[in-house]
Amino acid sequence: MKIELLGASARHPAARPGAAPALKALSLQFRAGEQAAIIGPSGAGKTTLLQVLACAMPPTAGTLTLDGVNPWQLPRSALQRLRGGLFLAPQVPPLPPRQRVVTAVLAGRLPAMGLLASLRSLFYPSDIPAAFDALDRFDLANKLFERVDRLSGGERQRVGLARALLAPARLWLIDEPLSALDPTRSRQAMATLLAGARERGTTLVATLHQVDVALAHFPRIIGLRDGALAFDLPAAEVTRDRLARLYDQFEHELRGEMSAAVPDEAPTPQPVVMHCR
Amino acid sequence: MTQARTQPRAANDTYKLPPPLFDARCKACWFVVGLLVLVVASFWSLDLQWGQFFSVEAARSMGRFLAEFAPPDTSPEFLSKVALGAWETLAMSALGTLLAAVAGLALALPASRLHQDDTAWGRAPTRLVLNALRSIPELVWAALLLISAGLGPFAGTLALAFHTTGVLGRLFAEAIENTPPGPGAALRVQGVGNFRVFVYATLPQVLPQLMSYTLYRWENNIRAAAVLGVVGAGGLGQLLAFHMGLFQMNKTATILAAMLLMVAVVDAASHTSRRLLTR
Amino acid sequence: MDQALRRAPTRDPAWLGRVFWLSLCLVLLWPLGVATEFKPWVLLEPDNIKISAQFIGSFWPLVFDAEFMTMVARETWRTVAMATAGVTLALVLAVPLTLLNTRVLSISALSGRMARGPYGLRQSVRWLLIVLRSIPELVWALVFVRVVGLGPTAGVLAIALTYGGMLGKVYGEILESGETHATETLLRNGSGRLQAFFYGLLPTSAAELTSYTVYRWECAIRSSVVLGFVGAGGLGQQLDNSMKMFEGGEVASMLLVFIALVALADRVSAWLRKALG
Repeated sequence: MKIELLGASARHPAARPGAAPALKALSLQFRAGEQAAIIGPSGAGKTTLLQVLACAMPPTAGTLTLDGVNPWQLPRSALQRLRGGLFLAPQVPPLPPRQRVVTAVLAGRLPAMGLLASLRSLFYPSDIPAAFDALDRFDLANKLFERVDRLSGGERQRVGLARALLAPARLWLIDEPLSALDPTRSRQAMATLLAGARERGTTLVATLHQVDVALAHFPRIIGLRDGALAFDLPAAEVTRDRLARLYDQFEHELRGEMSAAVPDEAPTPQPVVMHCR
Repeated sequence: MTQARTQPRAANDTYKLPPPLFDARCKACWFVVGLLVLVVASFWSLDLQWGQFFSVEAARSMGRFLAEFAPPDTSPEFLSKVALGAWETLAMSALGTLLAAVAGLALALPASRLHQDDTAWGRAPTRLVLNALRSIPELVWAALLLISAGLGPFAGTLALAFHTTGVLGRLFAEAIENTPPGPGAALRVQGVGNFRVFVYATLPQVLPQLMSYTLYRWENNIRAAAVLGVVGAGGLGQLLAFHMGLFQMNKTATILAAMLLMVAVVDAASHTSRRLLTR
Repeated sequence: MDQALRRAPTRDPAWLGRVFWLSLCLVLLWPLGVATEFKPWVLLEPDNIKISAQFIGSFWPLVFDAEFMTMVARETWRTVAMATAGVTLALVLAVPLTLLNTRVLSISALSGRMARGPYGLRQSVRWLLIVLRSIPELVWALVFVRVVGLGPTAGVLAIALTYGGMLGKVYGEILESGETHATETLLRNGSGRLQAFFYGLLPTSAAELTSYTVYRWECAIRSSVVLGFVGAGGLGQQLDNSMKMFEGGEVASMLLVFIALVALADRVSAWLRKALG
């Protein structure tokens, strides 16, 4: 999927209406099948950028074009069809706790399934071998029928990534795919994602805090700072100097000392139940 | 303060007096006054016959009345009738609660805001319907439904179902609105429609809570079912009203004991099921 | 990677279990339907439809002439008064029983196990509360109507007894689930039980206790309408009379007034709870 972002500004999804924009007049272009990593310190607007690219929120200024089409000018039904070609993996794995891994992974295929097929798949998973293969690529095949809340944080993150392999998407937007993984698993997950993207010809855009992994695996590195583009270069041309300037005053993140742990979902407080008995 | 400046300083600090008991600017004071007025007005306007209740004669007649309850009638034929009535009441409460859970879930979907940008056109009217359903007590529903459904436990089941749909619908809608939005948002980015997002992302998260509400409501409904028969909706209530009307107090005592036993059984069953579900 | 797991599983292991439980539930449903004479097609019989249509048709026009509305207003006040008086008496009953029942105020439990005497007292109070709670207020009202005659006294007493049991139980739960450290310390340092209650337990739980009592008052309004059906006066008795005379217009007016009353009480109770909490 070809992406063109022209002078786009956007607010952070959870920001107050009067707050400063998280992205300021950003312009980017992605060719179909390209693989790019977005790096930058915390608060640079990386997550907001992914949300804008995923059509999860309209930019407050500027335009977004996907395959030559502005999604926000399409009628609702056409936009929904277009969305079927997108896949966004948020930083916190979007898996319902009591669902089984097989159903959670197969949910990635929902845009390609009809209503009846989706409902049938809830009762009996429609494509167990496909789910098995996707999980096997992330070394999780033995957890196929486990409940999501019985998995560790790293395993849950890998299940979230495995969904991408089943989604009928031409654009993969991955937010912090390695935050809960140890170095070995990180390497394996990164290799699987890149190989999967190359096989399918999908455009892959990932935000990463692990700059060394980004430089090692991605051909194109985009540096973001304070919502503006710092640099947009092939990996070979990214010097230590440029990185130091990007992470100025955030050196601990560059060194990897930041506790980039996946924030545990705080249990929502149960609403007080008032009954007449 | 300027006055204090011109006066000589005191040798000791003046202690602050406690705030006045009633301060006209304090909202809580007005609330308490309003509450007292309401309570006093209630007692005064009702003209309750305390004398009738607390006199020696009343105590004696009460004593005689209570004495008629013992010994409770335990003849096998009557016990079998009571057992049948108890089974009918239990079935009424269970089926009514089940129907209400299904209907409540169906109504909870339009009555809740499924995600932050959901326009939810149906929210206000559906909530109005649910409030109307739950405002009318089960007994009033039973009296109304007897006209269409005739005497017997069918009217009672429907009455319980109607009222409980209002209660459960509102509770379910609130639970759905309080679900963590993450899994649903990820599916919505992929263009999945509202209904499938609900079934794949919201429902798995919220189902244990829904079942817990339903089981807890069953505890309430068994008590309600037991008395619906007073207006003719079957079960133990109908037996109770019948025998009380004939002043057969020892039979009434057996029926009351059966009611208590059933309530205890359903309370225990509901409690253990809820424990098992949230394991 | 274990070679044996390379082959994808073909069956869903949870399927048989689900089919079994579902069949069991459906099988149990049949006797329930038989016991309750559940025949929804009866509602669609032509005779029944005619009667229902006639009854619902009689709802319109609504009756709201001045004389009727004055009567309705008076009866509504009586209903609210009955509920308020009932809950007040319930408080008079529940507060001492709660104090007797709560484990937190037990002095013998400070040194390990509770002594037998106090334990026996607490258990018997607990059973008394259970008995008060389990007998439906309608039954109490039926009994009291025989003793004190028709009128609101029977209703007020019935509400007082049942709600006393409910309030006692929930007060006990609120007190015991709150922060008990302060109270325990006071008791250990030799203060009396009532002192410990007023200085330790009450400030911690006052908001929740009041909030629950206000909610119970709202429930009591609904109960007093129900009690009107057995002769306790108020809106319920008027509803019963109108229904027996098939005066659909009056029934509809009173139902609307009642729904409005409950909505108002709900709003007041929610506002109070917000102001307190």
